[in-house]
Amino acid sequence: MNDKIDVQELNLTAKDFQSDQDVRWCPGCGDYSVLAQVQRVFPTLGIKKENFVWVAGIGCSSRFPYYMSTYGIHGIHGRAPAIATGLKVARPDLSVWVATGDGDLMSIGGNHFIHACRKNIDLKIILFNNQIYGLTKGQYSPTSEKGKVTKSTPFGSVDYPFNPTSLALGSEATFVARTIDKETKHMKEMISRAGKHKGTAFLEVYQNCIIFNDGAYNNLTDKEIKEDNIVVLEHGEPLIFGKNLDKGIILDGFKTVVVDLNDDKHTVEDLWVHDETDESPIRAFMLSHMTDDPDMPTPIGVFRQFLKPTYDEGVQNQIDHIIETTGEGDLEELLFRGNTWTVE
Amino acid sequence: MEENKTKEIKELTDVCVMFAGDSGDGMQLTGTQFSDTTAFVGNDLSTLPDYPSEIRAPIGTTYGVSGFQLHFGSNQVYTPGDNPDVLVAMNPAALKVNLPNLKKNGIIIANKDSFDKKNLKLAKYEKSPLEDNSLSGYRVFPVAITTMTMEALKDCDLKPKEVARSKNFFALGIMYWLFNRPLDPTLEWVNEKFGKSKNLVCGNSKALKAGYYYSENTEIFAIRYRVSKAELPKGTYRSISGNEATALGFVAASKLSGLKLFLGSYPITPASEILHYLSRHKKFGVKTLQAEDEIAGITSAIGASFGGSLAITTTSGPGLALKTEATGLAVITELPLVIVNVQRGGPSTGLPTKTEQADLLQAMYGRSGESPVAVIAATTPSDCFYMAIEASRLALKYMAPVILLTDGYIANGAEPWRIPHANELEKIEVKRPTNPEEFHSYDRDENLARPWAVPGTPGFEHRIGGLEKANITGNVSHDPENHDLMCRLRAEKIERMQADVPDLEIDGDQEGELLVIGWGGTHGSIKEAVIAARNEGLKVSRAHLKYINPFPKNLGEVLSNFDKILIAENNLGQLASIIRNKYLLPVIQFNKMRGLPLKTYEITEKISEILGGAK
Repeated sequence: MNDKIDVQELNLTAKDFQSDQDVRWCPGCGDYSVLAQVQRVFPTLGIKKENFVWVAGIGCSSRFPYYMSTYGIHGIHGRAPAIATGLKVARPDLSVWVATGDGDLMSIGGNHFIHACRKNIDLKIILFNNQIYGLTKGQYSPTSEKGKVTKSTPFGSVDYPFNPTSLALGSEATFVARTIDKETKHMKEMISRAGKHKGTAFLEVYQNCIIFNDGAYNNLTDKEIKEDNIVVLEHGEPLIFGKNLDKGIILDGFKTVVVDLNDDKHTVEDLWVHDETDESPIRAFMLSHMTDDPDMPTPIGVFRQFLKPTYDEGVQNQIDHIIETTGEGDLEELLFRGNTWTVE
Repeated sequence: MEENKTKEIKELTDVCVMFAGDSGDGMQLTGTQFSDTTAFVGNDLSTLPDYPSEIRAPIGTTYGVSGFQLHFGSNQVYTPGDNPDVLVAMNPAALKVNLPNLKKNGIIIANKDSFDKKNLKLAKYEKSPLEDNSLSGYRVFPVAITTMTMEALKDCDLKPKEVARSKNFFALGIMYWLFNRPLDPTLEWVNEKFGKSKNLVCGNSKALKAGYYYSENTEIFAIRYRVSKAELPKGTYRSISGNEATALGFVAASKLSGLKLFLGSYPITPASEILHYLSRHKKFGVKTLQAEDEIAGITSAIGASFGGSLAITTTSGPGLALKTEATGLAVITELPLVIVNVQRGGPSTGLPTKTEQADLLQAMYGRSGESPVAVIAATTPSDCFYMAIEASRLALKYMAPVILLTDGYIANGAEPWRIPHANELEKIEVKRPTNPEEFHSYDRDENLARPWAVPGTPGFEHRIGGLEKANITGNVSHDPENHDLMCRLRAEKIERMQADVPDLEIDGDQEGELLVIGWGGTHGSIKEAVIAARNEGLKVSRAHLKYINPFPKNLGEVLSNFDKILIAENNLGQLASIIRNKYLLPVIQFNKMRGLPLKTYEITEKISEILGGAK
């Protein structure tokens, strides 16, 4: 895809990616953290500044392109993956990024999202999931928990939320990861890995909306308890978590079970070792499902990464192959092709 | 095969034939073959494929009837004809559906084998119309097409189903004999198409020849017909449908502009063929994306346009409705984009396979906010080629979306096309900003077009989007005065396209009592109707619009030179309402929405009525 260049040679810094526009998110919004990490990661990817493009839909997070000094297009609600698809297919040389929210991507844009994943378009999709509609001032979203009381659900919502990583895995996205706005170091690594992945890279960021859904992720961000509630996925490493790193996860058939490493019954050897490259998506899906299980910690990190040819390169390869074997199209020949006759 | 001494040959100037049968009988193919051969021998022609929206409607029913109407002549032919002279009816249902349209004393060639109890009942005939004298006003030729096809193909080693499917070529053979057409073009086509299967080549060739020689050797037809070559302008010709011409036009526009072509599209009748045709032209670097829905069709095209492609999306009425919001995005981002709407009968799913021109107001106004777009329309199948280029040129020059309206009739219909040479086509200039120091994303040139800087160009990094932008700088702006200015600028930009719109030409006297106006695909019907009215001694002028937004600059003046204006449309009066509104003129309307091209004679009658009858 992009002509990778020596990072030193490019000599870019985070500052080079800051636009001249005032950032207008609410003070304390988790979006700032994502913006800062993206601006830190971009100079390290070995891609020329002019080859980055940000595409967004509608919502608080979708203002993202305005705050990056790259090329960008702020589209319409839900359609960012489709706009980005057209751009990437037309221009496989570009590094195309999508900034989107849980309403934008999981609700109105759900169809475009699953098809971008299905086609394995080489896009980097960052989902700012704050489990609420912020820009429209506080209605429940398709990722809000059941029973959520909001302006549009004063007696509590009665529908069930999407788990975005499950949806991405089910749509066969070739890179599926999750991070948390407050875990800046982890986030930086995830953005970097998404940026280096070739194919649809989906990164869900648990992001706090300080105005309409403050504290939604408290159990994952509160210093006192977060380590007991998060398991960090690392390729080739056993699933260990807890403040004292004394809890682990084992696979009991198709069940995930938390075990106590101090109970003399289990050792680290027994634990499930994460393999993000596993050919089968089943384990990644089980990890994703732990998110919805109150007895299990919430995984962050890369659930699954594998490679298969991307749609955009497939389209380009067909064209290149046909031109190589039969020559470039000649308009005159095309116009006069087939059954013609001449009037003298 | 030229002269057959035993048969009289009658010279005709034009003939209208209808091939009709079950939707699985291959009538579209039969009609297309007859058209291609007819074009090949030098007649002018116009076709009207008319088929049901079901792929294989229940066999033998009236709603499963598929027809292909073809009008050809030694003079120029502008329409597929109001009423057929000849009806080929492969079953009773085909006869039932098409008989009311057949000319008095017209020829019926019926496959009498299919007039059995079951099929008669399905077509709701109590008795066989071939035997009860109900067809006494016509010249009826019952032919045992099925039996004779089976007999002719017995050595071809085909399955009974394949034999049954060949009977359309027997009928085609009869028609070739009756109208003195050569067999060779179709035989060549059979070889090319079925070359891999000897049996199928055998079956189709034998059926065609059997039909031909049966007609020659039996006494069934007393007369053969000849339609001499039409006097067409010199040049090399091919037969072309509107959808194919549209696709070719975009490939040409891509070459002429030096831009890669990108099509984002979702399959929809009757526009899908444009996607099919363009998908073949990979040699030209054409990228086609079959999107997940209509919205992704247009938004992917917007993304490709941002990336610097010549970006288009193709659809039909309901799809255009789905593209509404994204069209607004193209308007406010001021990106070049061509939206093709092959109109069909509406509203909603309406009449998917039938023609109409009732999306004009949707194209003009169907968006939120003040959201002007250019709207142009093609008049005939081959005109689609030129209008596709024109739409591309306007979009690129003015950095704006352009809607190109065609319709099911000209999209599926075919006509001979004098092929232009590639070097006769005007190049399309594409400007790119060159100085990053002076670059502002909403700066404007003399046409009010903003600069088109594309990703990958260093120094021109900028952001565009659906939020209102400050003129010149392109920053997000909620400033009241700026929004007022931008609304006016976007509208004025479309108005300025008028400089590129050719003056409206009047066919006939430049002033007088009556001017008939139409737009788009009704061109042929209105033209023929006006010719017919003049033949009756009526004084009537005619003008046909291809540019609706903006109108040609002389339209107001043209209108003012006539006492009465008649606007004929395949809708309830959409152009009429625009013209009435803009020029404050009382216009007379002629409107029909039958899902078919306007009938020539009906327009002629209306002209006659307005002018107080034939002189």
